[in-house]
Amino acid sequence: MSEHVLLELSGISKSFPGVKALNDISFCVERGHIHALVGENGAGKSTLIKILDGIYKPDAGTMMLAGKPLSPRTPLEAQEQGISVVHQEIKLVETLSVAENIFLGRPKTSHNLIDWKKLNREAQVLLDSLEANLSPTTIVRNLSIAQKQMVEICKAMSSNVELLIMDEPSATLTTKEQEVLFRTMRTLKAKGVTIIYISHRLEEIFNLADEVTVLRDGCLVDTMPIDNIDRKRLISMMVGRELENEYPKEHIAIGEVLLEVKDVCRGRMVKNISFKLHRGEILGIAGLVGSGRTETARAIFGADKREKGTVLIKGKELKKQTVTESIQNKIALVPEDRRSQGLILNMSVKENISLVGIDHILKKKIINRGLEKTMALDFVNKLRIQTPDEEREVKNLSGGNQQKVVLSKWLAVDSDVIIFDEPTRGIDVGAKAEIYRLLVALAKAGKGIIMISSELPELLGMADRIIVMHEGRISGEVLSDDATQEKILEMAISR
Amino acid sequence: MGDRNQEQTQSKNFFTPVLKWFGDYPIAFAVIGLCVIMSIMSSSFLSFNNIMNVLRQISMIAILAAGQFLVLVAGGIDISLGSTVGLAGIVFSMGMVNWGMPPIVAALLAVLIGGVCGFFNGFQDAIVGIPPMIASLGTQSVARGLTYVLTNAYPISGLPESISFLGRGYLFSIPWPVIIMLAVFLIIGFVSQKTKFGRFVYASGGNSEAAYLSGIKVKKVKITTYIIAGCLASLSGIILVSRLASGQPNAGLGWEFEAVIAVILGGVSLAGGKGKIFGVLLGAILVGLLTNGMTLLNVNSYYQQIVKGLVLVFAVGLDIYQTRKRNKA
Repeated sequence: MSEHVLLELSGISKSFPGVKALNDISFCVERGHIHALVGENGAGKSTLIKILDGIYKPDAGTMMLAGKPLSPRTPLEAQEQGISVVHQEIKLVETLSVAENIFLGRPKTSHNLIDWKKLNREAQVLLDSLEANLSPTTIVRNLSIAQKQMVEICKAMSSNVELLIMDEPSATLTTKEQEVLFRTMRTLKAKGVTIIYISHRLEEIFNLADEVTVLRDGCLVDTMPIDNIDRKRLISMMVGRELENEYPKEHIAIGEVLLEVKDVCRGRMVKNISFKLHRGEILGIAGLVGSGRTETARAIFGADKREKGTVLIKGKELKKQTVTESIQNKIALVPEDRRSQGLILNMSVKENISLVGIDHILKKKIINRGLEKTMALDFVNKLRIQTPDEEREVKNLSGGNQQKVVLSKWLAVDSDVIIFDEPTRGIDVGAKAEIYRLLVALAKAGKGIIMISSELPELLGMADRIIVMHEGRISGEVLSDDATQEKILEMAISR
Repeated sequence: MGDRNQEQTQSKNFFTPVLKWFGDYPIAFAVIGLCVIMSIMSSSFLSFNNIMNVLRQISMIAILAAGQFLVLVAGGIDISLGSTVGLAGIVFSMGMVNWGMPPIVAALLAVLIGGVCGFFNGFQDAIVGIPPMIASLGTQSVARGLTYVLTNAYPISGLPESISFLGRGYLFSIPWPVIIMLAVFLIIGFVSQKTKFGRFVYASGGNSEAAYLSGIKVKKVKITTYIIAGCLASLSGIILVSRLASGQPNAGLGWEFEAVIAVILGGVSLAGGKGKIFGVLLGAILVGLLTNGMTLLNVNSYYQQIVKGLVLVFAVGLDIYQTRKRNKA
């Protein structure tokens, strides 16, 4: 192995029930470089990181770090071997100070007592070395997200780090904050730290990275120097085919107004939201994570109470603001997280499908097994849900099929307006195309679709119109024919 | 080779339902095992009278367990049930003896009090958001305290003879408590498996957020399970009063504990959303057999308490281990 190589992966595989998350992954990361790891959601990036961090154990394959075999069994072991991870979600103890968080679990002590002077001094040294303008004694709760992230990075750097892994650190930052982050990354690189950087934002990758590794559906597509590739080629490597074929969008005649949202407010995340949704329309909602898209969906659906504003369906105002009222008025929500919000995992496919429309399978107030089975089989066939039978527990189904079960639950009550929150998150590419076809079929059947998504290509490919949210407000609206990713990102980040 | 395969398929066809049944209720092994051991040790064990005797002994705990079952499936837990047994029993006794009520009115009042205790638990858990273990711990103390306040810790005696059939009578040579217990289990079984409410109980306990987003009024469902459990605890308390022919302020002390053991042994998950009432009946029988067996073996009742504690820890440990294994898969 060349001494330029810091990390070498060979033949890494990992399976979960029903999914081959990683399949024979081999690549090298060069010492002192910023190495970008890209791929669609579900491509296997986070599984790979969790293996490097000692959270998962690979089924097969070997890893070498600086010429030594690497097989951490816990994040602590990974850290001892020189690997630190800055996770997407910030994991700090909010009530402790910056310095305490940086040295969490390894406090500076003298005579078995905490040496506060030493703790704060060493934290200050670290903060200074990253040019972070923070005091070690500030309580973390009072920091902004970007500052917290800086603390995370310091924490990661506080042990002897050779390889720093950053999992989408820029996702929730403002443009200005991102600049600070990138400067920090360059500082680290100048100090000889090797960084594996995960991001969905291709611009950043072209600005920062030396090499890029592309994963798709758990397989390695390629590793190459960033200079040898252009944006278009990188996208097609990630997606696996030309974008044109991926979205089965059809032009559908747009009908009357189905849903009208007027000046809806709730807390910091939903501010003065107004829009109209028509029959046959797919309305996209774009925005960064934390821009208030999900909160808006919940407020419209009645899952959370609105502080202000009205929601009208077919001209009728929804006054009670309850989920029951929304269901009666044929509004549906397919939530962001199937497993924790969409499904009762230890119930069967059949029982999940009949959950909302349970009144349809009652005979004299008693659940009729025959009717329930007929209802379930109807959707299993129509939506081509792949399951051995309708009695199977939904937790054993793949992500795409689980999503179809959630959708079936709403189609069973003949919903007119269906709000999809990240409908294809964590679903493999093949199943995505099927979900897209379902969306088009629903629009064709005269339903109104709201599609919230973080994947801009998907929004551009599927939606008729796209609303962009930023810090709880609508910051722009475009027809998808006129939109580009850059234009939408501009609106999502701006101000 | 071909013949052998065929043979296997045939035997599979015959055994599959049986194996599946045992797979659903692994506790059945333990129950059968204990029965075999005890029938060897005591020739009278398998006699009709002794079986009825054992069933009568477990009936009151089993009725508590049936209510606890609903609460647990909905994702809660109620450790105040034993105190509710005591309070309801005292209200029932004092209603008749001190306040001059006809037995049926006193019984209804007792059931109402149990329902109020249940509502209090449900309100704390579902509306205020107090962890159910703590919420019902509070109720446990309040209800037991009320019992002592009402009675000054003296037993209530002088009950009318007309109520004695409930605890001591027979119908077609089956003890009344056993008949009531079986009726409770049939009804709870029907409600949990065949009605919309039952389905909602499983959904609320399985995933309350998904249930809420599917239009289920999760809070209402949870509170209802607590109320049912409280009413059933009262029923249990009424039977106990009739059996003892007096209202004891200490009645039901520690019973919630045996009810929890029965439910967990019966395969109901502490995590909620899972379990069947038939398993709970088996669990209650197992607890009854254990007590019965240890008594037959002359095990000192203090030691019995230790054994039951260990059985509970073991059963819960097994449940948590299995949940973890399932979640990993």
